[in-house]
Amino acid sequence: MTTVEPADTAAALGTPVLQVRDLSVSFRTEDGTVSAVDRVSLDLASGEIVGMVGESGCGKSVTAMSLAGLLPDSARVSGSVRLEGTELVGAREPVLRRVRGKDIAYIFQEPMTSLNPVLTVGRQIGEVLQVHERMSRRAARARAVELLSLVGIPSAAKRVDNYPHQLSGGMRQRVMIAMAVACGPKVLVADEPTTALDVTVQAGILQVLRDLRDRLGTTILIITHDLGVIADVADRVVVMYAGRVVERAPVTDLFAHPYHRYTAGLLSASPVPGVHAGTQRLQEIPGLVPVLSTQPDACTFADRCPAADDQCRDSAPPLAVVPTGSATAAPDHLAACWHPSPNPRTQPEEATA
Amino acid sequence: MTVLTVPTADVTGPAGISRRIRVLRRLRRNPLAVLSFGLLALVAVVALLSPWITPYSVEQTDFAHTFSPPGTPGHLLGTDDLGRDVLSRIMLGARASLQVALLAVATSLVVGVPLGLAAGYFRAWDAVISRFTDLLLAFPFLIMAVGLAAIRGASLTNAAVAIGIAQIPGVIRVVRSDTLRLKSLDFVAAAVVDGASDLWVLARHILPNATSVILVQATVAIPAAILGEAVLSFLGLGIQPPAPSLGTMLATAQQFAARAPWAAVLPGVVIMGLALAFNVFGDALRDALDPKGNRR
Amino acid sequence: MARYLLTRAWHSALTLLLSTVVVFLGVRALPGDPALALAGEDRSPEALAAIRHHYGLDQPLPLQFVQYVQRVAQGDFGVSIRTGTPVSSMLTTALPVTVELSVLAILIAAALGVGAGVLAAVRRGHPAEWLANGLALVGLSVPHFWLGLLAILYLSVAAGLFPASGFVPLLEDPVDNLHHLVLPAVILGTGLAAIIMRQTRSAMLDSLSSDHVRTAKAKGLPPRAVITRHALRNSLIVVVTIVGLQLGGLISGAVVTEQIFGLPGFGKMTIDAVFQRDYPVIQAVVLLTATAYIVINFLVDLLYSVIDPRIRVTGEPA
Repeated sequence: MTTVEPADTAAALGTPVLQVRDLSVSFRTEDGTVSAVDRVSLDLASGEIVGMVGESGCGKSVTAMSLAGLLPDSARVSGSVRLEGTELVGAREPVLRRVRGKDIAYIFQEPMTSLNPVLTVGRQIGEVLQVHERMSRRAARARAVELLSLVGIPSAAKRVDNYPHQLSGGMRQRVMIAMAVACGPKVLVADEPTTALDVTVQAGILQVLRDLRDRLGTTILIITHDLGVIADVADRVVVMYAGRVVERAPVTDLFAHPYHRYTAGLLSASPVPGVHAGTQRLQEIPGLVPVLSTQPDACTFADRCPAADDQCRDSAPPLAVVPTGSATAAPDHLAACWHPSPNPRTQPEEATA
Repeated sequence: MTVLTVPTADVTGPAGISRRIRVLRRLRRNPLAVLSFGLLALVAVVALLSPWITPYSVEQTDFAHTFSPPGTPGHLLGTDDLGRDVLSRIMLGARASLQVALLAVATSLVVGVPLGLAAGYFRAWDAVISRFTDLLLAFPFLIMAVGLAAIRGASLTNAAVAIGIAQIPGVIRVVRSDTLRLKSLDFVAAAVVDGASDLWVLARHILPNATSVILVQATVAIPAAILGEAVLSFLGLGIQPPAPSLGTMLATAQQFAARAPWAAVLPGVVIMGLALAFNVFGDALRDALDPKGNRR
Repeated sequence: MARYLLTRAWHSALTLLLSTVVVFLGVRALPGDPALALAGEDRSPEALAAIRHHYGLDQPLPLQFVQYVQRVAQGDFGVSIRTGTPVSSMLTTALPVTVELSVLAILIAAALGVGAGVLAAVRRGHPAEWLANGLALVGLSVPHFWLGLLAILYLSVAAGLFPASGFVPLLEDPVDNLHHLVLPAVILGTGLAAIIMRQTRSAMLDSLSSDHVRTAKAKGLPPRAVITRHALRNSLIVVVTIVGLQLGGLISGAVVTEQIFGLPGFGKMTIDAVFQRDYPVIQAVVLLTATAYIVINFLVDLLYSVIDPRIRVTGEPA
């Protein structure tokens, strides 16, 4: 984006742990190039939980995977990702390998398939420690037991020798978390960590993540399409659409005053308990996220937006601080929209309360 | 702004027309596929016409000119131990190879496809058919051929049947697993809910959609059958002399290797070329049918 | 685990029983009087009666079957019509040759096939992948008996690097024994190697794009650990199953290879028996092959359960 890049609030809190600038990703496919992420900028401050939300195909996961260079070879990545000042985009594999699992750790959606079925969980957790902390196999195993209890697995000393298929879905996800936090990472990227789990189990997993932040000060980037999860754990929210960040705000502010039409659409498409139960039908956003070969100079949401006009189709709105005058404007609330949502669904008093 | 079409689910089901066109387009774009297909087409034409277009009669002996090397005037590829024209024998031998291969694959499909469909569709049949498959697998094709030759004598047909029987388990396996997959798809479930009979569902919904895996299986089975025929004929368990066969030509060549070493080369090259063309085309077909697959 | 093994054992036993029935009935399906076939040259009524009595052909079929199984269980496969020697003693001299040849071939095939398969999967788009893929396709398409012929012609006869035929028992002279077996084993092994290579490659590609390999990469493991511990280990499950299923091909291949290299093994014995219409030998060979196939595949199932802790009762390869 050539327009002025607004300072991220995280910067105000001190040096961000992770600084993402103008990150773009495209893929070469059989049918030509597909642009997945377009000039995404984002700062993660130490100890905060940032939620990244959007429909499937909007580029959340690709953004997440690109942070530690985990995309397949067919991906072309440009821009910058700095981890405490160290540039990761274009860094050599050995450098990235030292970062992965140690400084930036991942939790994935499917704990069933994300764990290796033929190795015990203790072995899989221990592996990280053996590689990054040069621990012996025995020491790593002992530490694995501690980590398992840390993430709330009962009788960890026994579970450490289990294979993934012997554990429940929630347990497996706890194992993934134990594995991710084994080396005390600076940033934990959780890609749809609760999507594959039962609702009752979800709450437990989110609690574990919150605990980790509180006790270890881990910075967490949580990626989800579930606004309930965001409302539950996130401090700040980044809304993505078709590869672009369309809105960025503290969580309460976003829920109270969605500015971008897409955010407003997302909010009205998911139920928020107590707010409008039974009073209103859930709205769905018509259409699908487009697959783009190039990033147009236009609002990519225009085709699905009720308020779109020629301006939206002819020029891309910049990500800018939401102007004062709208409800309760905050300096850390940014959006990229020419014709913002006029009537936030929830009343300001309720949300700010 | 360039918006590519969103990859949508195939509304017409996996056997839809658009898919067929896409597959053909992908095949046309693959030079190896075009090359192997062209070669196979050529061989097929030669094989079909070979009884009429061979330069000599395959059984016409000429004891004055035995073991002529390739390049001898009048005998492009030379003559064999009985002075017969090698080119003519190779042409008819290739024809016999294809005959055996097609007969074998047809046998395996005729038996294997219905059994595979039944095993995948009817739970009760699965165990029985699995035991049948196990039983067939326990008799390797050569042993099967040995047994058949012992009981019924060695011939082209028996060789083809032995190879075909040995290929049945492979057919059952792929058809069964594809049937299981298709059975769980919505359009099949919908047909079942609509009250369609089992046979109707199998014939109208499952079989048409299973054709692609059957096709791929056939392209794998044909080169295997060609090699099988060569082995059996080489051992004397297949096509019986004096009828020409690439395998028996090699057996003869082995006996006279000291006098005519070149005779051991050509028939083998032809067998390999045939099998290779089928295998390359089979790979290309698989790629084209499953572009997301990991073959390329 | 126990249930899985029991199921597999039961299936194997059932298949074994069925194949015994097939082999038993196969001889009865011989054209004409089996006694006539069994008698060979001497077709006097006395000889035929003696044969009928010896093989119990004058008894009801089910009883004959029971007697047949009893005899086979005691290692009595009858007497070769041609040589008059007991089939069992023919087998004891022939089998070690074939077993040694097959084991060598499998070792060569596994080393070549798994190595090339991993290479092709890991080095995608690299010339090494093209080379490995091309070689595998050729290996799949080449008639191996022809390769054997060429090898004898050029390596043994012309260059004199290997003996062209014959066999020396392992215990007599291990070096000479290997010298005789190396070429046949390589020829037999390359065909299997091509199949193993293709299976390994496709299983590795599946594995490499699987979620748990992504996890392994995200953990920062070095490529070697990702490939061997996480991708290959899981692919081996598929590969081991395939090797078990390819055993039939190996047995067929061994028969031909022995024939070409003049190895006095099981295969040569089989082919000779077919041409001499030596039915007791054929019957024994067919039954033994089936038994070997079933037993070895049961062992493969056991191995499968060692590699993969997720034992599933269905016994379907993952």
